[in-house]
Amino acid sequence: MELKERTSRKLENTIVYAFLFIGLIVYILPFAWLVRSSFMDISQIFIQPPEWIPKPFQWQNYPKALTAMPFFRYLINTLIILISVEFGTLLTSSTVAFSFSRLKWRGRDIFFFLILTTLMIPYTVILIPTFLLWKYLGGINTFLPLTVPAWFGGGAFNIFLLRQFFSTIPYELDEAAYLDGATPWQVLWKITVPLSKPGLITVGVFTFMGVWGDLLGPIVYLNDSSKYTLAVGLTTFMSAYTTQWNYLMAASTAIIVPPIVLYFIGQRFFVEGIVLTGLREG
Amino acid sequence: MGKLQARWGILFALPAILGFLIWNLGPMIASFVISFTNWSIAGRPSFINFENYKKIFDDFVFKKSLSVTFYYAVGSVFVGLVVALFWALLLNRNIIGQALFRTAFFLPAITPAIASSMIWLWLFNPTFGLLNSILDTLGLPPLEWIYNEKQVIPSFILMSIWGVGYTITIFLAGLQGIPQHLYEAVEIDGGSWWDKFRHVTVPMISPVIFFNLVMGLIGALQAGFAQAYIMTRGGPNYASMFYSYYVYLNAFEYGKMGYSCALSTIFSFMLFGLTILVFKTSPYWVYYEALRK
Repeated sequence: MELKERTSRKLENTIVYAFLFIGLIVYILPFAWLVRSSFMDISQIFIQPPEWIPKPFQWQNYPKALTAMPFFRYLINTLIILISVEFGTLLTSSTVAFSFSRLKWRGRDIFFFLILTTLMIPYTVILIPTFLLWKYLGGINTFLPLTVPAWFGGGAFNIFLLRQFFSTIPYELDEAAYLDGATPWQVLWKITVPLSKPGLITVGVFTFMGVWGDLLGPIVYLNDSSKYTLAVGLTTFMSAYTTQWNYLMAASTAIIVPPIVLYFIGQRFFVEGIVLTGLREG
Repeated sequence: MGKLQARWGILFALPAILGFLIWNLGPMIASFVISFTNWSIAGRPSFINFENYKKIFDDFVFKKSLSVTFYYAVGSVFVGLVVALFWALLLNRNIIGQALFRTAFFLPAITPAIASSMIWLWLFNPTFGLLNSILDTLGLPPLEWIYNEKQVIPSFILMSIWGVGYTITIFLAGLQGIPQHLYEAVEIDGGSWWDKFRHVTVPMISPVIFFNLVMGLIGALQAGFAQAYIMTRGGPNYASMFYSYYVYLNAFEYGKMGYSCALSTIFSFMLFGLTILVFKTSPYWVYYEALRK
C-alpha cells in the first residue's frame, strides 16, 4: 500500500517536471531565437533548416544596427520623457493615495470610486479629444502631451496600488506624529513613504515599462524624427531594413535588456505589487 | 484635527481630481460631442447629427473589426486563463527551481510590445521562421500564420498566451491562499486530485478567476494596436483590423476625427455594458468567503 503510494507520488512528480521543462523551453524559445538571430551573418540566417549556433559570431551586428539610426538621440528623448513621468507619477500618486487612505474628508470615497472607474474607459476615447486639445495648445511635436498628464495623479492603477500599500501601515504612527504637531505633508514623507518602498518601487517599475514600450502616444504626438522615442525609432528602423533580420533582432534585443534588468532588480517588490492589486478588494 | 485633515485631504487629492476632470471626464464628453460632427483634422467642424452613426452601421470594416476584436479577446482571455491556471497549479507545488520557472514564464510579460511584435514577426515568417521549421520537423504542413486571413487571429492568440506571466503570478498568489486543511478533508473522504481541484481549488480561487477575467477582457478588447501597426497593418483583407487600430487609422491616417469619435463612443458603451454584465452575473459563479460567513 505504502509502496504503491510512493510510486504514484514519484510518477506524479515526474509528470509535473516534464510539463514544466516543456513549458520552460517553449517560453524561452522565442528569446533564444531572437538572440541567436541577432549574432548571425545575414546569409546564415536564411539557411534551411535553421541553425542555432552563429558562425561566424557577428557581434558587430549590434554596433551596426544601433548606429544605423540615431538611436542615441532616441534614447535621450525616451529618458527625458521617462524622468518627467516618473517624478510626476511618484509624487502625485503618493499624495493622492495618502489622501485616499489616511486622511478623512467628505466626498473622499466618491472621488476614489470615480477615479477607479477610469480604468474602464478605453484609451482611444480619451486620445482624440486630448490630441485636439494639445493641438489647440500648441503641444504637438513636444514631449508635453506625453509627460504632463503623469503629474495629475499618475493614473488610477498606481493610486490604487499605493493605497493598498499605505493601508497596511498602522494608523497609530500617524496619530503619534500629529500629536507632536506634524502636518500631513511631513507624515507622508517621514513615515508613510519610507515604510512603503516596495510599493513605490512597484509603481516606478510599472511606470518605466509603460513609457519604455509606449508606441501609440509617441506616434500620435511626435512628428519630427529628432523627437522620436526608442519604440518609434525601432519601427522606422524596421521599415527601412525589412529583411535585415539580424540587425532588427539586435536592435530588439537592445530594447528588451533594460526592462529585464529592472525586473531582476525589482522582482521581489513588484511581484508583491501585482498580488496586492489582484487579491485584495478596496 | 478634523478640519485640518479635510483641507490637506482635498489638497493632496487635487491632482487626481483635476486629472479626472481634464484627462478623463472632459475628453469623454468631448468625444461624445465630436462624434456628432464631421470634424476633419484640417477643416472646421459642423454638426451633422447622427450621420456618423448611420455611416458606421453601413461600414463593412467596422463590422469586420468588431468581430475580429471580439474573436481575439474571447479567444485570448479564455485560452489564456486556462493556460495560466495550468502553469500556476504546477508552479504551486513543492518543486526545485521554482524561481527559475517563474522567471521564464514571466519574462515575456515584461517584453515591450514593440519588441515582442518584432520577435514574433520573425518567428511567424513562412519561409525562414522557427515555427514552420518546427512543424516541418514534426512532419506537419507549414502554415501561413499572420499572412493568412483564417490563421492571423489564432496566431495572435498564440502570441498572447506567451505573455500570460501576470495572470500566472496572480493565480499563484490565489492558490497560496487556500487553506491546506480543505485539501486534507477531501483526502480523508477518499477524493482524487480531480475532486480537490473541482471542490476546493476552483471555488476558492473563483474571485481571482473573476478578477483575471474582467481585467483580461477589458485589456484584450483594447489590445492589438502594436501588433496591427507593426506586423499586419490590419490585414490580410482586414482580418486583423483590431478596433483600436481602426480608430487610430480613422483619426490619424484618414483625419476623420468625428467618425473616429463615434467609433470610440460605441466602443465605450459596449465595454461598459460588458463590464456590468460580468459583474451582475458574478454572484452565480464567484464564491466570496466573506459573504458566506
